[in-house]
Amino acid sequence: MEVRVVNVRKEFERFPALHDVSLDIKSGELIALLGPSGSGKTTLLRLIAGLERPTKGAIFFGEEDASQKSIQERNVGFVFQHYALFRHMTVADNIGFGLKVRHGAARPRAQEIRRRALELLDLVQLSGLEKRYPAQLSGGQRQRVALARAMAIEPKVLLLDEPFGALDAQVRRELRRWLREIHDRTGHTTVFVTHDQEEALELADRVVVMSQGRIEQVGTADDIYDTPNSPFVYSFIGESSSLPVKVENGEVWIADRPIGLQAPHAPSGEAVLYFRPHDVDLLDGCSGCIAGTVAASRRVAGTRRVELEIGGERQRVEIELPVDHPAAQKSRVAFRPRRWKLFPVA
Amino acid sequence: MTLAPAHAGWRFRQPSVIPGFGLTLGFSLAYLTLIILIPLSGLIWRSAALGWTDFWALATDRRTLKALEISFGTAFIAAAVNVVFGTLVAWVLVRYRFPGRRVVDAMVDLPFALPTAVAGIALTTLYAPTGWLGKLLMPLGLKVAYTPLGIVVALVFIGLPFVVRTVQPIMEELDKEVEEAAATLGASRFQIITRVLLPSLAPAIITGFSLAFARGVGEYGSVIFIAGNLPYKSEIAPLLIVIRLEEYNYPAATAIAAIMLALSFAMLLVINLVQTWSRKRYG
Repeated sequence: MEVRVVNVRKEFERFPALHDVSLDIKSGELIALLGPSGSGKTTLLRLIAGLERPTKGAIFFGEEDASQKSIQERNVGFVFQHYALFRHMTVADNIGFGLKVRHGAARPRAQEIRRRALELLDLVQLSGLEKRYPAQLSGGQRQRVALARAMAIEPKVLLLDEPFGALDAQVRRELRRWLREIHDRTGHTTVFVTHDQEEALELADRVVVMSQGRIEQVGTADDIYDTPNSPFVYSFIGESSSLPVKVENGEVWIADRPIGLQAPHAPSGEAVLYFRPHDVDLLDGCSGCIAGTVAASRRVAGTRRVELEIGGERQRVEIELPVDHPAAQKSRVAFRPRRWKLFPVA
Repeated sequence: MTLAPAHAGWRFRQPSVIPGFGLTLGFSLAYLTLIILIPLSGLIWRSAALGWTDFWALATDRRTLKALEISFGTAFIAAAVNVVFGTLVAWVLVRYRFPGRRVVDAMVDLPFALPTAVAGIALTTLYAPTGWLGKLLMPLGLKVAYTPLGIVVALVFIGLPFVVRTVQPIMEELDKEVEEAAATLGASRFQIITRVLLPSLAPAIITGFSLAFARGVGEYGSVIFIAGNLPYKSEIAPLLIVIRLEEYNYPAATAIAAIMLALSFAMLLVINLVQTWSRKRYG
């Protein structure tokens, strides 16, 4: 099922949580909503589910305007961060709940409901636990039951709100891979919310980066990482360093020196230079480069992070060096970013 | 799991590394013995002195049986009424924000604080055939004061806070997401209440019921004013005990008391077992 969010605005008691957000989700896609807390990602997910009503705008499931429908009619599967299982029901009853509450002819027979529950339990790899109560399961197991419960109603869209947020790192990685497998097998259109960029980049077909109630960028992991379209995305995704620079006649300057970067299409004036700390060329001499004195140097896993002070303003930037690189011993290091981007100062 | 060696026998489960188990358990037992067990065993002792045939004759006296029936019957009905409306009051207090909520919240506790005799007199004045409410109910053929119905009214008044105050905190802890989950799965509002909310409140509701019920069985002050106290009709067991005492008929008084004690204990025990069972299931 295709989902279209069209010009949606959401206010909570006059406080805007989403400003005019539009998003097209293709059928069968696995989409991540990624952003810091307060960016509106959970609000967007809840709007799609029908747990909130938009102040303005509409949400379409296929050709149908879903904003006019109640939560019950939307037929979405929603998985909550803290599982939200019914603790007075067994695992099998939890999974069968969505089928049991149907009316009349739409409700399958008890035997059929049970068969479906066991089948789904098998899909989430929890066979044999159908008689347990949620209190007797681990966090990872509970989240799987929650997913099975959401899938039991054969939802048009599967929505997950920080599904792995409450689990420890090991279980998280495992469930991540497993969710991808389930998605590939069942083909549900799936949207999940996360603040963990690794999770988003690794798992999703496309990532929606959000900040302060707006969508900053939508794209594949490659798009988002290699061509960020805003300073926010550049600094939010992966490591980044930035320096205030000046553009004159298509050349980038720091203070009174050109640094050897050509920017023929950039407008002249103040700008900020962004680059990845690991994506730099180290230079010996300095004619057209960025040079700075080493302020600090830390060993982080396989690399060495060096903090440099640049120019008279003592602007600090970070670059990454191979551990055994001789430059790390020097008091002064010169480099030039290999890939970089300029954003004009707003 | 490893099997303990056969000769180890039965042992206390190690409570925790923090010391004090022995001391606190000892103190609790001594305290309960002093406050509850000694007075009650005095009662048993006195009634045991009666001898079985005498005891049986006193216990199966028609007036006694009728009084016990009225006491337990009205207490049961009142507790049941309180379960319904007390849960409703708790719901309104927890779920809605309205002006004066705090005042209503404080009002729930009034039956706790009010001297029961005052409550009884106030209710009697209201429900007497000439009172404000009694006057309105008379034409409908409803006589409240001086009937068992009046007893129920008094016990409902007395028992309300027990249900509200036990259900309220549990209701506050209910996870909003659980309701939302049920809604996304297609459950209607009614289904959410009956299949999701009420079952998770059940243990608290049972506790509230048992407290209101226990209080109702023992209530004296408010009931004697509104009941009319007609033997065989609206005479409660605690009143009968007082009557026997005033007649210096101590054996009869202790016998009734002992029966009440046994019945109450049995019922509370059953309710407690139901509680433990549901706690174990729902964690």
